Amino acid sequence: MSRAEAVARAGELAPGTGRRPGAGRQPAGRRPRTAAGFLALFRSELHLTFRRMRTKVLLAILAVLPILIGVVIKLNTDSPHEGGGGPSFIAQTTQNGLFLVFTALAVALPVFLPMTVGVVAGDAVAGEAAAGTLRYLLVAPAGRTRLLAAKFTAGLVFCLAATAAVAVTALAAGAALFPLGQVTLISGDTIGLGDALLRALLVAVVVAASLAGLVAIGLFVSTLTGSGIAAMAATVGLVITVQILDAFPQLDAVSPFLFSHYWLSFADLLRAPMYWDGVLKDLGLQAAYVAVFGSAAWSRFTSRDISA
Amino acid sequence: MTEAPVTGDVTESAGGPGAAPRPAPVPVPSASPASLRPSDAAATLLSSDAAATGSGYGSDDVIRTRGLTKRFRGGQLAVDGLDLAVPRGSVFGFLGPNGSGKTTTIRMLMGLIAPTSGTATVLGESMPQSVATVLPRVGALIEGPALYGFLSGRDNLERFDAADPTADPRTRRPRVEAALERVGLSAAAGKKARAYSLGMKQRLGLASALLRPRELLVLDEPTNGLDPQGMREIRTLVREVAAEGTTVFLSSHLLDEIEQVCTHAAVMSRGRLVVQGTVAELAARAQGRLVVRTPDVARAAEVLAAHRVTALVPGEGRVDGEPGVLDEEALPRLCAALVAAGVRVHGFGLERGTLEDAFVALTGEGFDVAG
Repeated sequence: MSRAEAVARAGELAPGTGRRPGAGRQPAGRRPRTAAGFLALFRSELHLTFRRMRTKVLLAILAVLPILIGVVIKLNTDSPHEGGGGPSFIAQTTQNGLFLVFTALAVALPVFLPMTVGVVAGDAVAGEAAAGTLRYLLVAPAGRTRLLAAKFTAGLVFCLAATAAVAVTALAAGAALFPLGQVTLISGDTIGLGDALLRALLVAVVVAASLAGLVAIGLFVSTLTGSGIAAMAATVGLVITVQILDAFPQLDAVSPFLFSHYWLSFADLLRAPMYWDGVLKDLGLQAAYVAVFGSAAWSRFTSRDISA
Repeated sequence: MTEAPVTGDVTESAGGPGAAPRPAPVPVPSASPASLRPSDAAATLLSSDAAATGSGYGSDDVIRTRGLTKRFRGGQLAVDGLDLAVPRGSVFGFLGPNGSGKTTTIRMLMGLIAPTSGTATVLGESMPQSVATVLPRVGALIEGPALYGFLSGRDNLERFDAADPTADPRTRRPRVEAALERVGLSAAAGKKARAYSLGMKQRLGLASALLRPRELLVLDEPTNGLDPQGMREIRTLVREVAAEGTTVFLSSHLLDEIEQVCTHAAVMSRGRLVVQGTVAELAARAQGRLVVRTPDVARAAEVLAAHRVTALVPGEGRVDGEPGVLDEEALPRLCAALVAAGVRVHGFGLERGTLEDAFVALTGEGFDVAG
């Protein structure tokens, strides 16, 4: 087959060029967008996120964390102690391995989870700009709004994956190190293991959703700079700063507006009946952050000159 | 075969661009370079010519800009009042020293940056407002290739193809394979892009521009970093694409590249358009030089000077100069005078001007100087 034939054949495969068979080779006219074509970028974005070595390493670190916690608790079984500010399920963990899931999430949520999310979201646009691939996506043309939406979706899926990495290994390590069985909730009621697993799933989804605001913040920071490292550092720095601010009693007036303020409210879902107040406040706050920083990222990204 | 070259018969494809229907050439303004500013005589000449040729002119321009200007935030004027017209079916060379505003212009045409003032029309629709409808029909290589190093060449192409919402995911695989085949990368398609040489990256960039049939191909310095063989292959590919009816807009600071593949050219200098027209017209602007080959260089120079040949450059076994205005009898008279003076004439003739001569004459600078 000659090269020309190969080219002609490839040309025929192209959809929506509006050409009649036998017409000239030069395509003309607008090409319709299709739903499958529109969604392809979202799939591609997920593929890209999880193919990266960095993502795999971050998830691996998150997966190791509950195992470490489990082993430490196992070794210190004789001296269970109450944790500081946040909810501590360490005492319960020794009674029931399932509680390692909640312990691990409570430990990972303030620092480790947001750090990984900050890395992924902060690098999302800035990393592409630094590598130069952003200009090729935009002349494809990906569409700036569509690209941002795909990046945000991939960020949310990463939050789910990161939370799942913690929860699933915690469950496995808990089952291996401690007894399983009937679960005594923090309100004192007892529920079956199946019910408890459902609650663990619910908690994991709530934890993942509480990171949504941070994804939007990370994306916004990412549209401000052409350096992936700078964007990651800024986002992670912001996470740490906000946590510190939240700890100052003098700043009580602003702390309900900090995106991390209600993060540990997921413990309320381990009561019977479940106490949704804090969780709903958390989810509402996340929605507000997504709206504000999502709009800011969109307005910045759609008007910005791409000269990298 | 690893590096299946982007071959095709060179002599045959050399006729490629010529085979495409060629619209009326943009007239080269006859004003002197010093006055070639968009705001004055030259630009007026261009637009009055446009009016004279009527509706045919402009309606079939693939790219058209009016007073396109970009001032960066630092206050630096990168592109200044650009009036560009790229006829459909042409291979258009966009020429200028590094830093003369070529890439900034291309970024504005592709909707990556917004112009400070002026308008740009690509495929009949204004940019950057119409990126979504225009760009699926445009393939582009801008400022060198950019790839995901951790993905294979094939996966890179799939990623860029997925970014186009008008591309059909069902035909993605075969189109990617055809594009890889076309640039000679089929054998290396499974390799991670970070292991690619610059030449291979450049080819992959070209492949992504050729993922679908395009009406316009914008290539910014496509042969940068390539070895001579690679450059030749890219040029052959450009001619092939042009022969299929795709308009090619090719920026370069390499004059011989433009001269070899382009039908039309525009010259940029310090953010301004100095001139545009067909390559033949531009080259014709460079005055031919009279070259005399002789062992008697000094004597020949004397005779030539006596016959008002200026800018004489004596060399090793040759002397050349500008003959000025030539009438029918001028050259035979000169030759006879040389022989009469006892100069042993081994060769005598006019050498045609090159685009490089025209370029240097127009910009008044070397072609590698940053403007």
